[in-house]
Amino acid sequence: MSGPLTGEPLALEARNITKRFPGVLANDSVDFALEKGEIHALLGENGAGKSTLMNVIYGLYSPDEGQICVDGKEVAIRDPNDAIAHGIGMVHQHFMLVPVFTVAENIVLGSEITRGPTLDMRQAERQIRRLSEEFGLQVDPQAVVEDLAVGEQQRVEIVKALYRDARILVLDEPTAVLTPQEADDLFRIMRQLTDRGVSIIFITHKLKEVLAVADHITVMRRGRVVGTTTPEETDEQGLASMMVGRDVVLEVDKSPAQPQQIVLEVQNLSVQDERGVVAVRDVSFEVRAGEILGIAGVQGNGQTELVEALTGLRAPQSGRILLDGREVPFHNPRYLIEHGVAHIPEDRQKHGLVLPYSIADNLVLSTYYREPFSRGVQRRQRPINARAGALIEEFDVRAPGAFTPAGNLSGGNQQKVIVARELSRRLRLLVANQPTRGLDVGSIEFIHRRMVQVRDEQIAVLLVSAELDEILSLADRIVVMYHGRIVATLATAQATRDKLGLLMAGSGL
Amino acid sequence: MTLRNSSPGDIARRLWRSASVPIGSVLLALLIGAIILIVSGASPVEAYRALFRGSFGDAAALGRTLEKATPLIFSGLAVAFAFKAGLFNIGAQGQLLFGAVTAAAIGFMIEGLPPLIHAPLALLGGALAGALFGAIPGMLKTYTGAHEVITTIMLNYIAINLTDYLANGPLQDTTPGNIVARTPAIEASARIPAIGAIPLGFVIALLMAALAWWLLWHTTIGFEIRTVGLNPSAANYAGMRVSTTIIVTMMLSGLLAGMGGAVETQGIIGRFQPGFNVGLGFDGITIALLGKTHPLGVIPAAVLVGAMRAGSNLMQFNADVATEIIDVILAIILFFVAADSIIRWILRTRAVSEEKVTLSTGWGQQ
Ligand SMILES: Nc1ncnc2c1ncn2[C@@H]1O[C@H](COP(=O)(O)OP(=O)(O)OP(=O)(O)O)[C@@H](O)[C@H]1O
Ligand SMILES: [Mg+2]
Repeated sequence: MSGPLTGEPLALEARNITKRFPGVLANDSVDFALEKGEIHALLGENGAGKSTLMNVIYGLYSPDEGQICVDGKEVAIRDPNDAIAHGIGMVHQHFMLVPVFTVAENIVLGSEITRGPTLDMRQAERQIRRLSEEFGLQVDPQAVVEDLAVGEQQRVEIVKALYRDARILVLDEPTAVLTPQEADDLFRIMRQLTDRGVSIIFITHKLKEVLAVADHITVMRRGRVVGTTTPEETDEQGLASMMVGRDVVLEVDKSPAQPQQIVLEVQNLSVQDERGVVAVRDVSFEVRAGEILGIAGVQGNGQTELVEALTGLRAPQSGRILLDGREVPFHNPRYLIEHGVAHIPEDRQKHGLVLPYSIADNLVLSTYYREPFSRGVQRRQRPINARAGALIEEFDVRAPGAFTPAGNLSGGNQQKVIVARELSRRLRLLVANQPTRGLDVGSIEFIHRRMVQVRDEQIAVLLVSAELDEILSLADRIVVMYHGRIVATLATAQATRDKLGLLMAGSGL
Repeated sequence: MTLRNSSPGDIARRLWRSASVPIGSVLLALLIGAIILIVSGASPVEAYRALFRGSFGDAAALGRTLEKATPLIFSGLAVAFAFKAGLFNIGAQGQLLFGAVTAAAIGFMIEGLPPLIHAPLALLGGALAGALFGAIPGMLKTYTGAHEVITTIMLNYIAINLTDYLANGPLQDTTPGNIVARTPAIEASARIPAIGAIPLGFVIALLMAALAWWLLWHTTIGFEIRTVGLNPSAANYAGMRVSTTIIVTMMLSGLLAGMGGAVETQGIIGRFQPGFNVGLGFDGITIALLGKTHPLGVIPAAVLVGAMRAGSNLMQFNADVATEIIDVILAIILFFVAADSIIRWILRTRAVSEEKVTLSTGWGQQ
């Protein structure tokens, strides 16, 4: 491990951390060193133990073995309060804000300033404004959290940590849910923080980001640290094979599409969001069997509402949706499932999974009532378990067994359960919204291959992704959405990153 | 939650994990009860011995205990069942009253039926009345968004007053000399007998608990109910009909409560008399919490409370302790159990968006 060059004590050092869960060795004698003022990227496959290590450092899990040192001194961290007291702050993979509270209320929650028996929100707001100016983190203390975009919510989480005087900041997959623009903002903020002496641990699956912002890179695999390196010493390919333990094909290898008949036809569809604002305006397009249509666009330009309308989760205002030439009823997921529409949802914990259910139950979430999973009203556990065993194997879900609750899986493995369920049904149309969000490079490679395979089986695929690379490498045709409209349709051969970028920003029309 | 495919050690561990809080609470409450007894100058050993003898000491005592436990099982089941769909049915009381009055009406108005037909008919009538009354808050929730806690509380008042009116008016016992609000006694053919010391109603209650357990964990309907309770958005995504599930769950919950009322009428009271049933439905909330909202957990919870109620008289007689101490102990038990469950309940049910807060503590929680 590269030691401190400056002779200064390390900001944080984890020594020999071991953490076991029933059936899993999540951290296996892990050593990790964070220098003062650096950005240290933590990379690793899904389920490698990154979040676990961070949760140990933040006091959410108590390790079975090992010590943690802050500023060269060993400290006891029994719960997050201890961690905060030692200047450690954490922004979780899934945010922990109270949606109905204001930004200021969320930030002070747990460390309220009081004047007599009442809260002194004025004072808190002043302090928040000062912090956000100092670090260039724009947040409006009086805004209500549920009205904020994901990127803004994340800034709130960061301010919340700074408000508690965090000098060590853990960011667990902060960019997974951000637009490229928001991600760039975040990197700027991270730099500003390190300039002021904050040390940052940054978890991500995006190798480009790692190479662009990290000072050191530590790679984990199956609970162990495989090594620490720097961006100068390595490249994407090198990192990928370090993570996965084999060479990874970063490019998708596919033959030209052979589109057949139209499977999905959308005619003049308009959809409102939950506030009643028109989010999708008069959109028409079609997807043919054997092609992948990519929908590109900056998040929040109507893609979510469009997908929800197409998959029956939201009733459109007007327009028609035809599947194999037949008009489909609105707002009827069961009809669509029965007619071979599969849906990989954007929000895996809201729609995709029932976290307390076992992997097995989650895998039959939409087919539980069919043979062989039930006979009459009686559920049949044996075929359900058999199916689960086979899919866990095929999709490489890293879990102790089919009965593990989905909530105990790592984020990426939760995603794999959903993908396994959706791809294993009888398919006509696959609607995939951010299908590889939170997945490691190996799993992305696998799922991309599966999607191309699905396409080659003459199934229509609609891919919505905020990752331009994903759209460019998978889609056969691309439509660009901007402010709820389709502003361009182009063959992938004619599309470049720059051109798409311009279209997505609403210019170049 | 399927017990199949797990090792015996696994099952034991899981059972202990869910039973530890209630058992601990009971022991702690009995301890505090003992201290109260000592302070008030009574002998706890004496009191508890009398309590035990009065509830399990002989066949008659056991019969009394089971009799008291029977309606508690039903109303506890009703509350626990709805809970699995994320619904808080405070209306078991009202549903139970409708079941009780309907069973009584069928019991006294029809004459000359053989017991094998009459008694089940009255029981089913009571169950159906409970189910229909339970459907109302379900429909109000799905069609208007009215929260079931509010509507079931209000419907309880409607049920109390409406059944009062029936017992005072159209269905009143008109035997000369009767001035009380009550229905006539039901026919002997409508009565649910006891087999030795064991009331048949208790056996029916056990069967219903088993049925509820089977329905929840071994049928597709149960899978839908639990999915709606744990994550309605995912249920909708998976093609389940969330509104239908909510209405069906409330009907089945009402059915269980209504059946409890019918069993009370047919097995114990022999007629409908307002006031005799009061509290049984509300006790369901206590029983459901104590039983960890599990259909099978409800049984020991109801028997425990039934035993304390059954034994309290002998305790008063032998140890000269006011029966109110039982209520105090029950309240303390509930306090310890609820300090755990109610908090979890609140965290879980706040609007879906808030669920993120609880779930986002990561995959740390079971
Ligand atoms: N609370 C828990 N109970 C049981 N097992 C757990 C729990 N939390 C994590 N695990 C297991 O520990 C292992 C490591 O999980 P962890 O969340 O640390 O992975 P990760 O590296 O963050 O992966 P990802 O990139 O997918 O987020 C996984 O196999 C996971 O299933
Ligand atoms: Mg993680």
